[in-house]
Amino acid sequence: MEAKTLVLGVIGADVHAVGNKILEIALTEAGFNVVNLGVLVSQKEFVEAALETNADAILVSSLYGHAEIDARGLREALIEAGIGDILMYIGGYLVVGNQDWSEVEAKFKQLGFDRVYPPSTLPEDFIPTLREDLGM
Amino acid sequence: MNRKLVVLVDIGSTFTKVTAVDTGLRSIVAQSSAPTTIEDVSQGLKSALLGLQLDSEELRQARKLACSSAAGGLRMVAIGLVQDLTAKAAKLAALGAGARVLNTYSFQLTEADREEIIELEPDIILLAGGTDGGNSENILHNARVLATLPQPVPVVIAGNRSAAKEVAACFPQEFSTYIAPNVMPQIGKLQVDPAREVIRQVFMEKIIYAKGLDKASRLIDGIFMPTPAAVLRAGQLLSEGTATRKGWGDLLIVDVGGATTDVHSLGAGLPTRAGVVVRGLPEPYAKRTVEGDLGVRVSVLSLLEAVGADAVAQETGWPKEEVESRAALLHDNPETLPENEAEALFDRALGRLAVTHAVSRHVGRLSELYTPAGLIWVQEGKDLSKVETVIGTGGVLVKSADPLAVLEGAAQQADALLELRPEKPEFYLDGSYILAAMGLLAQEEPEAAFDILTNSLDSYKLARREQ
Repeated sequence: MEAKTLVLGVIGADVHAVGNKILEIALTEAGFNVVNLGVLVSQKEFVEAALETNADAILVSSLYGHAEIDARGLREALIEAGIGDILMYIGGYLVVGNQDWSEVEAKFKQLGFDRVYPPSTLPEDFIPTLREDLGM
Repeated sequence: MNRKLVVLVDIGSTFTKVTAVDTGLRSIVAQSSAPTTIEDVSQGLKSALLGLQLDSEELRQARKLACSSAAGGLRMVAIGLVQDLTAKAAKLAALGAGARVLNTYSFQLTEADREEIIELEPDIILLAGGTDGGNSENILHNARVLATLPQPVPVVIAGNRSAAKEVAACFPQEFSTYIAPNVMPQIGKLQVDPAREVIRQVFMEKIIYAKGLDKASRLIDGIFMPTPAAVLRAGQLLSEGTATRKGWGDLLIVDVGGATTDVHSLGAGLPTRAGVVVRGLPEPYAKRTVEGDLGVRVSVLSLLEAVGADAVAQETGWPKEEVESRAALLHDNPETLPENEAEALFDRALGRLAVTHAVSRHVGRLSELYTPAGLIWVQEGKDLSKVETVIGTGGVLVKSADPLAVLEGAAQQADALLELRPEKPEFYLDGSYILAAMGLLAQEEPEAAFDILTNSLDSYKLARREQ
């Protein structure tokens, strides 16, 4: 079976590079074809990379609390580009301060993310779910 | 006399230029030119060769290599999927192959796009789209559209590797198709050199026949590439050197013409200062850009539009109305040469502004970005700030009374410090007009080409004005 392609990146004006590198290594080791866009990635870059690579999922990281502003409209942009059905995850420090997680999760699901992960999620915590969601 | 003579030929749109060199002595033996004869290029070529005034037997035996930009040059259309990704990569590959890129298309070709391509009559179509293993639907759609063009066109396929065979199969027999490695095999990885080489092969095998340039072939050993590709090749040779010659390192070549201004840069263009984040598609080591609206004769009206008549008025001290009427005159009579000091000054101002703007579009730039982690610098495009060599070529510069004043438009400008232009370069002039010739010679005798080129440039080093 052909490897599934994932587009990975840290959205917005966020320069946290270490976790992004760790995710790239872990996902590559897990057998995925990883297209890592790195840090400071705009919505446009996520959409375009997913288009060119025919990606199976988009994994968005955000570690500086502004994820809601940065990620709003990404699902709509993907719909416009003709790949609105693509699987989309987000994780990290998505909001500032101690907010109730279930509210945060609900907010991001409403923005069009299929799965939302809290801070300190390890790769092994979500890779099995990712496999399942991709029908692997 | 037993010298090793090689004759390099440049069949241009107006002049056929020939340069005879002695590769043993590393010297230019003779140079000559004659008007290009479009209906049968061998006539003009014969006159130019006669102009060398060499012994006819020696001339007959000499190896003769040619490049050409006659009959419209190499006219191409580039097609990709996403505008900033594979479409841009395809355009960069075509430019690097020395082509005039008539238009670049992204996403699925529409009926209107198809009509436009028919109108444009490209010599070659470069069809890209999708990373390797990525999207194949789009390139297949575009192949099916192109397959219905009424006139068969050679198609170079340089898209998603997994779809290449299927894409080629979309075309009927009359189309010749060539499969090249993907111009963008992965996101953020550019691979334009193999496609560029395939385009050059197609040019040699097909295009020179289609344009009737093969009539010259009984006088010469072959037309090997479009002229801009030869200039880029010369830049590459000079920058990289050879096995036994140390190259000059990163450099910039500016070619100002009546219709376009070409800029070639050789260099990786990586950030030269700390704390800079690079964004966007990486750019090729050997990068060529062509500005079709920045020329000093045929394109002078669009140049005026791009830079503003006020800017020309300011540089020359002429009233704006006079600037406009002189520009109209130059446009209508492109062969006009300056006849007095004031007109020479006008040409110099046009040249300088063309260079300033063409280099501005070629180089990368920095922008500030405020993040919660503080201010960071974002670089898009190539950082050429530490480039130490800028070479000027093309008739406008070579004939100019003050080429330095024109070329200085390439260096860092006080009002545009975020443009990553050469900060303190040395300026050279291609005074004997041999860049393209040495790019050709580099194919066969790189060391001789390197020596002849460096000797010539060293003798045309321009003093840097004190700032």
